[in-house]
Order: sequence, then structure tokens, then C-alpha cells
Amino acid sequence: MSLHRVEVRPRAESGDPRGRAALAAIKSSGQFPCPSRVDTASVYLIEGDFDDTLVQQIADALLSHPVTDEAVIGSSSPRSEALIEVHPLPGVMDPDADAVEVAIESMTGKTVKVRTGCRYDMHGIDEDAGVRIASSCLANPLIHDVHRGPEHPDTFPIGHAHDMSVHEVPMIDLDDADLTTLSRDTHLFLSLDEMRAVQAHFRGRGSEPRDIELETLAQTWSEHCVHKTLKATVEYQGDLPVGKSIPDSERLPDGRLRINNLLKSTVAAATHQLMDEGLSSWCLSVFVDNAGIVGFDEDHAVCFKVETHNHPSALEPYGGAATGIGGCIRDIIGTGLAAQPIAATDVFCVAPLETETVPEGCLSPRRILSQVVRGVRDYGNRVGIPTVDGTVWFDAGYIGNPLVFCGCVGVMPRDRTHGDPQAGDHIIVMGGRTGRDGIHGATFSSAELTDTHADEFSHAVQIGNPITEKKTLDAIMAARDHEDGCLYSAITDCGAGGFSSAVGEMGEHLGADVHLDRAPLKYEGLTPTEIWISEAQERMVLAVSPERIKALVAVCAEHEVEWCDLGVFGTPDRELVLHYAGEEIGRLSMDFMHGGVPDRVREATWTSTEPEPAGTREPDIAVTLHALLAHPNIASKQDIVQQYDHEVQGRTMVKPFVGPSGIGPGDAAVMTPVRGSDRGLAIGTGLATGWCEDPYLMVLAALDECVRNLVCVGADPGRIAVLDNYCWPGCENPERMGQLVRASLGCYHGGLAYRTPFISGKDSLNNQFTTDTGETIRIPPTLLISGFGIVGDISRCLTMDAKSAGNMLVLVGDTTAAVGGSHLVRIASDSPGSRELPVTDLQAGPATAKAVALALAGGIVRSAHDPSEGGALLAAAEMAFAGEIGLVIDAEAMRGDHESLAVACFAETPSRYLLEVDPSDIPALEKTLGDIRYSVIGRFQSEPRVTMGDVLNSSLDELRASWQSGLTI
Amino acid sequence: MTLAAHPAMPYAAAMSSRPTALILTAAGINCDHELVEAFELAGAEAVPVHLTRLIREPDMIDDFDLIGLPGGFSYGDAIAAGRILATMLSGHIIDHLRAAIDRGVPMIAPCNGFQIAVQAGLLPGPWGEAPARTEAALLENDGGRFVDRWVQVEYPRSRCVWTQGLQSAGAAAMLPIAHGEGRFHASDETMRRLEDDDRIAVRYAVDDDPNGSRGRVAGICDHTGLVFGLMPHPERYVSWKQHPMWTRLDEQCDDTPGLQMFHAAVAHVQSAGVTAP
Repeated sequence: MSLHRVEVRPRAESGDPRGRAALAAIKSSGQFPCPSRVDTASVYLIEGDFDDTLVQQIADALLSHPVTDEAVIGSSSPRSEALIEVHPLPGVMDPDADAVEVAIESMTGKTVKVRTGCRYDMHGIDEDAGVRIASSCLANPLIHDVHRGPEHPDTFPIGHAHDMSVHEVPMIDLDDADLTTLSRDTHLFLSLDEMRAVQAHFRGRGSEPRDIELETLAQTWSEHCVHKTLKATVEYQGDLPVGKSIPDSERLPDGRLRINNLLKSTVAAATHQLMDEGLSSWCLSVFVDNAGIVGFDEDHAVCFKVETHNHPSALEPYGGAATGIGGCIRDIIGTGLAAQPIAATDVFCVAPLETETVPEGCLSPRRILSQVVRGVRDYGNRVGIPTVDGTVWFDAGYIGNPLVFCGCVGVMPRDRTHGDPQAGDHIIVMGGRTGRDGIHGATFSSAELTDTHADEFSHAVQIGNPITEKKTLDAIMAARDHEDGCLYSAITDCGAGGFSSAVGEMGEHLGADVHLDRAPLKYEGLTPTEIWISEAQERMVLAVSPERIKALVAVCAEHEVEWCDLGVFGTPDRELVLHYAGEEIGRLSMDFMHGGVPDRVREATWTSTEPEPAGTREPDIAVTLHALLAHPNIASKQDIVQQYDHEVQGRTMVKPFVGPSGIGPGDAAVMTPVRGSDRGLAIGTGLATGWCEDPYLMVLAALDECVRNLVCVGADPGRIAVLDNYCWPGCENPERMGQLVRASLGCYHGGLAYRTPFISGKDSLNNQFTTDTGETIRIPPTLLISGFGIVGDISRCLTMDAKSAGNMLVLVGDTTAAVGGSHLVRIASDSPGSRELPVTDLQAGPATAKAVALALAGGIVRSAHDPSEGGALLAAAEMAFAGEIGLVIDAEAMRGDHESLAVACFAETPSRYLLEVDPSDIPALEKTLGDIRYSVIGRFQSEPRVTMGDVLNSSLDELRASWQSGLTI
Repeated sequence: MTLAAHPAMPYAAAMSSRPTALILTAAGINCDHELVEAFELAGAEAVPVHLTRLIREPDMIDDFDLIGLPGGFSYGDAIAAGRILATMLSGHIIDHLRAAIDRGVPMIAPCNGFQIAVQAGLLPGPWGEAPARTEAALLENDGGRFVDRWVQVEYPRSRCVWTQGLQSAGAAAMLPIAHGEGRFHASDETMRRLEDDDRIAVRYAVDDDPNGSRGRVAGICDHTGLVFGLMPHPERYVSWKQHPMWTRLDEQCDDTPGLQMFHAAVAHVQSAGVTAP
């Protein structure tokens, strides 16, 4: 055995884009002496039983391209003073190396171990500067080694055997203080109440817990897995929305409102009420599975899940985002008896990119955003899931704790929407191997970040392998649709908590007998507990009856997917029994695992804040419009979206960008889940973080925006299902708990009013960052609404780009003077208008959505767009430059009865729509709208300008330029 | 259609009157479903077959009338896009693929398929008696980034059977692209020979080259005109509603340019015929 090194660099004439990209990254960081040039080379370290001729052969035939590359065995001489190499740390996933191993083995028939790295020759700086640059711009110390000079070890490090013996953790006699310490020091993150419950349980058993038993409980009881806070009983003090009921709640003598199980009484209650009122045949599975499922057509169902991956993305944005989307795709594969993923969504919340001072332990927002985008791109594109919808929101509160929402939509046959493991089924694991990566992800994501987390939780950070996921997906689809019928009786993904959660949940009603030594490992030396809780990526757990294993194994072989038989579901006493090397190492009753979490009663208070007084200075309309177009929350996200393959699978019928030159911001995407059918599925989102002053109004606005986005492309408002994703700045204190209650009430009342059932949701409640100086930076309360809606016939779909000169522009809905939280106030703080938050009218909102949908279906609308961030004038300008058609706006019609024209132009009042209508269709529109207020505010013209009286006269190019200048990454 | 194995299918299909298309699937291939749909819409019977099975039973290739190398990220595009799958093909089934071409089997290779085909020596293919070798490359885009958008393309006069119907159209038409490594690169000598031998089948329109390709080359064919590799994705443009501007187009009755390519190949098979091995 010897370890060979091969270096491959592009020939001069081929160019070195990676070098240029590195240079750009260094420049944009702006904190280092910039090299004059950076040359890069790929480095392959190959350990195997080869002689140099064979290595030369591999270098020429596999690792390099005869026309464009030159390959060197060993290392070429330094080209500059600063020769730096970046290699993944031992144990960190290296997908390219895995693929190269497969190729070499297929070429030579010999087994090899491969690691890859990248060589940087940085010109015009010294080695120390090179190391500093590499460490902060080209590498992440959590997953990379930075070497001075060429890296060429004699051998790869091998995992060293750990002490495999099982430890008892003495806790039966601990007092409260020691229980708390134990919880924190061993990263259990269980509350004192929970530690007491655990202690009581093992006192009852009469023996100390074994470490793996304690870990299992910590995983199963983590906020991430059981949503303790949202399911808690809440005692709420504060105003309630007028005239609105709250189910399963009672007034306490002291006047406070007691709500039993917040989630059940609000979000879920809306869904179940709507199902009782007629949606039960459409909602096929809500809140119970990895994703919510609704009917699509007679033979198919569609499902939707949105996850967050905030904490991993804060430490290692690329891997964090990639494994975020990867995990969400697995949720869809693990729904029912497996759905085919057909679309992905993403929403990011980060600090403003120009932020200069970043607290110790945080990465710069620009680096976070660009790396997060790369992560979603590289994972989603490789698995072949089109990323079709999303947005980015900027707020200083996200500096230490960015939010990364990843969503995935799937389609499945109606007879594959439910699975149930049977006693005697084998526990089959398919996909990636188990490693030490991702340990404690579940408990980590339930804790708050501090400046030392990067060191404490580096093992929770990981890199995914999208090709492993794609192979596993292909194999599972083949097994689901096998000629002998579905080869398994249940399936779920290995997410937070790894095997412990997946097997624990699947075996809840049966018990499970598990042999941890059977799991294939990435490297030796994992303890049984590490195997049990590792969150290594790309693993699915299936329940397979003994007689079907053979067929499943054949499918795995064809698709080159690894599998193992971890044990059997079903034990006499419904227990979880864990073995390693034939020895029992853990035993827990499923009842205690799933029912033992002590109920909590949480204090919640809410006091509404007095709004600021209105400003007095009327801002310049044109200047304000251009400034708003360039505001990063509003500006074009083309730089991001074009990096995603949003058309793979060929189902994307309304794309993220629309209009003749493909730059118009579409309101929502429309997919065709079933090939050959013109029935469509619209996918959209709503986010109104700007209104977090009152989370109740914030959620109503987000829901209204999501519905408007879907309606504008042609969705039926009677067939829209939504998802809630709470990201909260901690809930320990009653005020923030009160905000959580307000948001949940918004979900309840909004869901009922719009008749949009919540079918799935997720919460991430500890999004705060404590700096080295002890200051705590909290995110603004954030609740993302994601939705999808049925489009009966996609030939009825509309896009927001203006279609022809001579058509009228109609504003549907009332504009109120409330501009609290609006972007107008963000950029012109002294402008007029009440600082109250806009109120979503729960009668008018749904009625308007319904009427507009009717108008669209009636074919009397040529384009539709929802004015939200930035207001009506901005949305109108977007329609014009997206369609490359000019627009004359009637200032007085726009002003309506408003004193301030700016307020009329830029207020973000919900429930409004902009419609392009042929003059001859105006009567038909009026008839369809009934008593809903509307006004004709302009007429599209052939001259490529947008004008409004004497206050606005901009060319389409100027408007477009402002909009495209606001966000570059 | 899923990627499940269809043990009997190719043979059964060969019996039917519809030409049969072999769609190669492998680790990381992810545009196989839409390629299957495109062939089916054009009147062929498309069968996805996994590389592992093809390596086991290479003779199966002799039963097909058409071949598709789909796009995707085969083996994660490790080393370079398509490199590892190209090595696999060269090592195991390249002779069967060459034999198929000799039989007159049209082969389409969009995106990753194109990257694979040039590295496996299938494109530009042999010149007269000279054996095929790797003499072209698809390098990282000028912009250094993956790009998904629609681009204007032209169909120059060429020997490509797939674009015959489109060459007369003249005016630039749109096709979707989605790739990070699409910059066509070849020596002056190879570029000249491609021109002289009418092997340049698709060009990006002037001012709409998304990746900096030499000679704005978006797709080429081999000496037979049967093997067609291109960076754009015609299989993602088989319905007018896939066009980014369809909501502003008048009702279209004829086939999309994408679907026309597949019709042309199927028609070629049905008229010229494919000889049995």
C-alpha cells in the first residue's frame, strides 16, 4: 500500500475560473492584502496497491482531460511564495473522493481510498497572508485543513477504536443543581422538569440509566422532535382579537386565558374545523407524517414540507443549507409510502450584506448568503429537484442566527399515501453510511447559539452527498412501484436524532429490537451511542416483511445503493431494545419515550405597543420608487435564482422569472405533477417579518400574501393548503411566549377565514446568539407561510408581465393609510401615514381572492400581480418593465381619498391585486367583483416609460436598472 | 415511468411497430424522465436502463433503434462534468455503442450527456479512417457559475439528422440551458474541421452565448449526423407551455422545436431504417 498524489491543473489556454472565483471571494471580503493572481489545481490523494505506471494511467485517463488539463504525479514546483492547500478534515464527507474511488475501482479492479483537496498558488503575497486568506475566505476550519505547501502524507489517518463498553450515568441520587449541570454538560438540553421525570423513571426501574438510554430520551424529547413549547399549555394575559373564539381554552379567575396545547388549539384546530366543514376528502394526511398530503387528481396526491436548518447554516453555511434541502427532500421521500420530489422552495433571512462589524463567532452575512445559495444550488441541482420559489429577507437581528428555510413538494399515487410497519418487519436502512458527523444535531438545534458553539458543536456540522440521495431516491421509487407491489410497509427518513428518532417513531406502537453493530460505518471507531444518534445524511429507514427483502436487495444492487438489516419491529412489551455485538446495551419502554415528557404550563403576556407618531414630510415619489426598487428585500433575486435549475424534470410551466426578457418577478411557480395532464400545482410563499410588532397581524398578512401569490398565477383559492414555519427568538420569557400565542392565533383565524388548512409545520424556537461579551442578539419573530394550490387547467395560468399597450391597470381592494412596518418607513422615516400596522380584513381578504380568481378563470384578465413589499406603484412598475410595456398612471386615481400621494403609492395594505384588463372587459370585471372596491389607476402605453402626473417620469430601463442593482452576491 | 428494471421490455418492445429508445440511467442522471417523455411523444417506446444492467448485459443495446444519454450530474460531476460516466462507458460498453451507430441508430446527448459523449470520444467522432479520440471539452462557464435560462440559438446547415427540419427555419429560436460546465473548447484545427464537415448543429445566437463557447458552439454531431450532443435541453421543450413566454404567445398548433428534433430522429429511423446487428 502506498499513498500517491496527483495534481491536475487547467492548461493556460483553458482558463482557471476557480482561481478567478477565489480572487473574487478574497476581494469581496475586503480584509486582506489581495493577491495579484490565484492559480488553482485539483489534488487527489490515492491510497492503494499501485505502481507509478498505473497511477500515471489513472491520471491521464481519469483525472485529467487530454485537451485542457495537465496532470503531475506528486506536486509541481511552487508558482508563488504562498502555496496553500485546502483539504477536507478526516471524517468529513468528500463526495468527489467517493466518486473517484468508484471510478478507479471500475478501471483497475483494485480497491482504493481517495481524498481530494485544492491547491492555491497566490501571487504577490507571503505564505502567512496566504494562510490567513485561505482560512477565512477559501476554507472553513470546522471542515477543512489548511496546509502550507503541498499535502502528501504517507498514509491516511484511520479511525481508532473507542471504548465500546456501555456506561451507567449516575443520576438517581442527583439534586436539582446537579441534574441541570448533567443536562448541559452532556448536551442533553433537557429542562429540570424533564430531568426530574427521567430521574423518577429510572428510580422506578431501580437502576441508573445507561448512556445510550439517556441519549435516546434527549433526542426523542428534544424541542426539535416533539415541539414541547408549541404543545404546552399556555396561560395568556393580554388583548385578544375582537370577536374571535379560541377553542379548548378557558378564562381563569384572574382573567388570564388558559389555552390547552397551543398548537392543537390554533393551527391544527383550524385544519380540523375546515375538514369537518367539507375539506376532509381533500386533506389526506395532516400533521402526522413527514409532510402534509392533499388530493391532486383522482389518482394522485401531492405533499409539501418545509424545514429550517438555521444553526448548522450559521456555522457552515454551505453544508448547512445543502443538508437542509437534502433533509427536506428525504422528508418527502419518507412521506406515506414515498412521494416523488418535484419541486423545492427556499427562503433565507440574513443580516444586511453591508454589515461591517460582525460579532466574534459569526460569519459575515455576505459569506453566509453566498454559501447558503451555493449549498442549495449544488444539492438541489444534483438530485434533480427544481428550486422554483423563494425569497430573501434582510434584518440586523439575523446577524448571529441566519434563517434557512428549505421546502420540498412531492407527488404520489393515492394508494401510496399511508404506510404502517407490521410486527415482524425488518428494519432496513438504505443509503449513506453512518459516521460521527451530525451528532447532537437535534439537541443542538434546540439550543441557543453562543460564540463558542462553533467549537462545541463542530460535529453537528456536515457536508451532504447529493448523489447518494439521488441513488437512494431512484431505488426507493423502483421499490415502491415494483412489479410485485410496494416492497415495504412503511418508510421514514433519518433526520434529527438519526436512527434513534426514525426507529423510535416507526416502532412506537410495536417496539423494536435493534442491532447497532450491523450498520455500515464510514470509518471504524464509533461507539454504539454514536451510531444510534448520528445524523449522517442520506439514510432512509424502511419496514420490510421478511419475504420481500430479497427483491428489495436486488433493487438496491441495480442502483448501487448500500443497505443493512438493523433488526426487527415488534417486541413482546413494546420496548426499544438495543444490542451491540450480541450484548444488550439499552432498553426503554416506548410509552415512556413517547409519553413521558412532562406537560409544561407556560406564562404568556402581551402588551401592544403605542405606534410612533406619523411623519410629516411628503417624500419625492420618483426618488422613493427607485430607492424601494433597489431595497434588497424587494430587488431582483435573479443573481440567486438563475443558479438553481428550476426546470429540471420539465414540469415548471410558470417559472420564477417571467416576461419577454425573462426578468419579471413571478408571483408563484406552477408545476405539472402528473405527466401528460394539464392540471397544475401553484407553489408560493408569504412572509411579513416587517410587521413583527404584532405577530398576529404579521401572520395574517403573510397568509394573505401567500394566497394572493397563488391566486395571481391561476390557483383555485378553494383548494389552497398551507404550512407554518415558526422561527422565534427564544420562548423562555413570557413576552416572547405571548408573541408566539399571537402568531398562533393568527394562524387559526387566518386559516379559517381563507379556508386554507395547515397541513404541516415546523418550529425552531431558539434563534438567538449570545456574543463573547454576553450580549444576546435575537432574531425578529419570523413565521413563514408556504402554500400550494390546485390549478384546474394550466392554460388558464397568468403571469405578472404586462401584455399589451392600451390595456387598463386596475387596483382591486382598499388602500389604508397604515404604513407601520412598511418599506416606505424604512427608507423615508419621516414620511406621512399612520404607523399602525396594516390590518388584514378577514372578510374582504378572502372575498377579494375569490372574486379575482373568478375574473382570471373568466379570461378577462391579461396579467395579475400582488402589491405587497413596496406597495402598488412599485408593483405596477414591475408589471411594466417585466412586460416591456410603458404605463401612464393617473395620479388622482392612485391617490384616491388619501391626503398623501406617497402613502397611496407605497402603503403595503394586504388583500390588494393589480390586474391588467382590456378596456372592453372592464364592465365584466366590475360585475365579477360585485361590491369589492376597485379603481382604474392607469393605462399601458407603447412608449417605454412609466409616468404619473408631474411626479414620475422614468424609462423602463431606468426602473429595471434600479431593481436589478439592489442585490448582487 | 420510474427507474424500475423492465426485464422483458426491450425485447417485447422490439417486436412492436414503434421504434424503441434506450435511455441510459446511472448515479446522478436526473433528466431521464423528461427524455423518456420526449421520445414517447415523438412515437417511440422509451425504456430507461440502468448502467449497472447495461454493463451486465451489453448485448441489450443491439435491440434498440434510438439511444438517449440524459442530462444530470452523473457521479456528481466529480473531477469534471461527465468524466466518470464517460470512463465507465469507455471501459465497458463503448464498442456496443459504436456498433449501434454503425447500424444507423440516432443518439441524442443533451447537457451532461454531451459532456459524457465528448469525453467518451463519441463526439466529434471519427474523421474518415482516423479513430475517434477526445478532442473537444466542455469547460466551466465563463461566469464561473451554474446558469439556468433560455437562450436564443441558431441551427446552421449541418449533417445532423436531429435538426434537419429546423435548419431551414433560419430565424433564431429559444432553448433552455441549465449547466455550470458548458463552455465548448477545441483546438483551431478541430474547430476548422467541424465547420468544414458541417458538424456544428446548434449555435448560440450572437450576444446570447451563456458560457463563452468557442464559435458560439452549443451542439455538434458526428460524421454520420446520427450522434447529436448539445448543452441546451430540447427534452424540456416538448410542450409550448414550457416556453417561458407562453402566456403571451398566440395559440400554437405545430410541434415545439424541441419535439421536432425527436420526431426527426424517429422519422429517420422509420424511413432509413436501422439494420439488425
